[in-house]
Amino acid sequence: MIAALRILDYDFMRRALIAALLVGLAAPAVGIFLVQRRLALIGDGLGHIAITGVALGLLLNSAPVPFALLTAVAGAVAIELIRARREAFAEIALAMLFYGGLGGGVVLASQAPSGSRNLGQYLFGSIATTSAGDLRTFALLAVLVLAVSIGLSRSLFSVSNDDEYARASGLPVMRINVVLAVLSALTVVVSMRIVGVLLVSALMVVPVATAQLVARSFRQTFAIGLVVGVIVSVAGVVVSFYADTPPGGSIVLLAIGVFALVFIATNLGRLIRR
Amino acid sequence: MTHPVIRIRDGQFGYRNQVAVRAALEIESTEIVALLGPNGSGKTTLLKGMLGLVDRIGGSVELFGQPMREFKDRSLIGYVPQRQSAAGSIPVTVRELVRSGRTGRNWSGSSRAAGRQAVADAIAAVGLADKATDPVSTLSGGQQRRAMMARALAGGANVLLLDEPFAGVDQANQHAIADALAALVPGGATIVVVLHELGPIEPMVTRTICLDGGSVLYDGPLADAPPRLLHLGHDHDPHGGEPDGAGGADEMGLFRR
Repeated sequence: MIAALRILDYDFMRRALIAALLVGLAAPAVGIFLVQRRLALIGDGLGHIAITGVALGLLLNSAPVPFALLTAVAGAVAIELIRARREAFAEIALAMLFYGGLGGGVVLASQAPSGSRNLGQYLFGSIATTSAGDLRTFALLAVLVLAVSIGLSRSLFSVSNDDEYARASGLPVMRINVVLAVLSALTVVVSMRIVGVLLVSALMVVPVATAQLVARSFRQTFAIGLVVGVIVSVAGVVVSFYADTPPGGSIVLLAIGVFALVFIATNLGRLIRR
Repeated sequence: MTHPVIRIRDGQFGYRNQVAVRAALEIESTEIVALLGPNGSGKTTLLKGMLGLVDRIGGSVELFGQPMREFKDRSLIGYVPQRQSAAGSIPVTVRELVRSGRTGRNWSGSSRAAGRQAVADAIAAVGLADKATDPVSTLSGGQQRRAMMARALAGGANVLLLDEPFAGVDQANQHAIADALAALVPGGATIVVVLHELGPIEPMVTRTICLDGGSVLYDGPLADAPPRLLHLGHDHDPHGGEPDGAGGADEMGLFRR
């Protein structure tokens, strides 16, 4: 127990654990609405777009976080505008946006003074790199994401659950969808030091998927999703410290492990009751 | 002066620039209107046109005397879509679903307690009080339809637009829906309901509008309607009922502008 607390002696670990807590809360809070809308993979696309921002930051030898924030938010708005047109080419346009973001990021980063070595930290997370400045930004964004997703939960729920009905009842569906996309973009940025932009989508989806195995209501799914998100992201950072593994991958594997355990437990319970 | 609840002038509705239905009509307060016609006749598209859910290619729609865009008090109009299931991938209780019927209301005005009461009343009105905390996905299709009707009522609507409320619904649930509709009539409700056959609400209907091929063939009292038009829908399974366009275009009724 005492040995376990030793990791708190390190400044970088304290920062990493706080960042993990923040992304563990923010990702499922947004993810639940994406899952409800059947857009679970939109976070993945936004992560790809954010890579161009990260690479721009590296190229200009400046902090990548603000650049990632700008490109992810711009990407989020673009995605909703493209989707709203419901054209046949919308899906192709989204694919170009996502992979253009990844391709652009890789090319830009290769020209950076530090080379593309550093890009990997942002793609898959790294516990040693969260600065005090990053942490302040992440805390601000995470609080914003939580406040908006809880404050607007009724509108976000209505639109995600039945967008035709929401339109009939006079809700500004397009604006609410843009808000949700921007919240997803902010979550991608909060995740970039710990989970990494390529893996954050898993943290938006898997804790929610785990919660819906046991919950009976949307509210319960939300609460359980946040608890699972925090547990797996904090535990993943601890595991990655001791096992010397990248935190993003550790967090995602833990999340899927928890899902599998809950899935087996609930189905065993059902079999026994039969 | 009082305006009609819904006024359509030279309405042309469809998808993109393909007109699926043309109609000009006024629906007055307290009318109980049945929109009848076979699959593909354009009746669902017309109903959605009244709500701004399909493209209006020509003409105008007024709600309570105001152009659709300017009409803000949408909670006055309740919509019950034709959908086999109201359940998404995340568990949602009946109460949570019904509560979402109040999201479009103006935020000022009603207290939280009044909101909770309105939700409970709407659930009771469709006879689902004992299911309020059950996940919607555990309900039968007919019960889910009733939950969607409660959602439409929860915002305090006195105008109800329903799309095939009886399609794919068993007899017991059909009667529960019809009873809930009948209970609204003494309060002065206006009801527009898309049907491919009259079914259990026949005694309530004050006006029938028969459509086929994207245009109105008859508009008047049920008693005077040509029997030929009333039986257009009987080519299909009267109680099963295929989805009319299943939320998309009434492809059968599409014709070039």
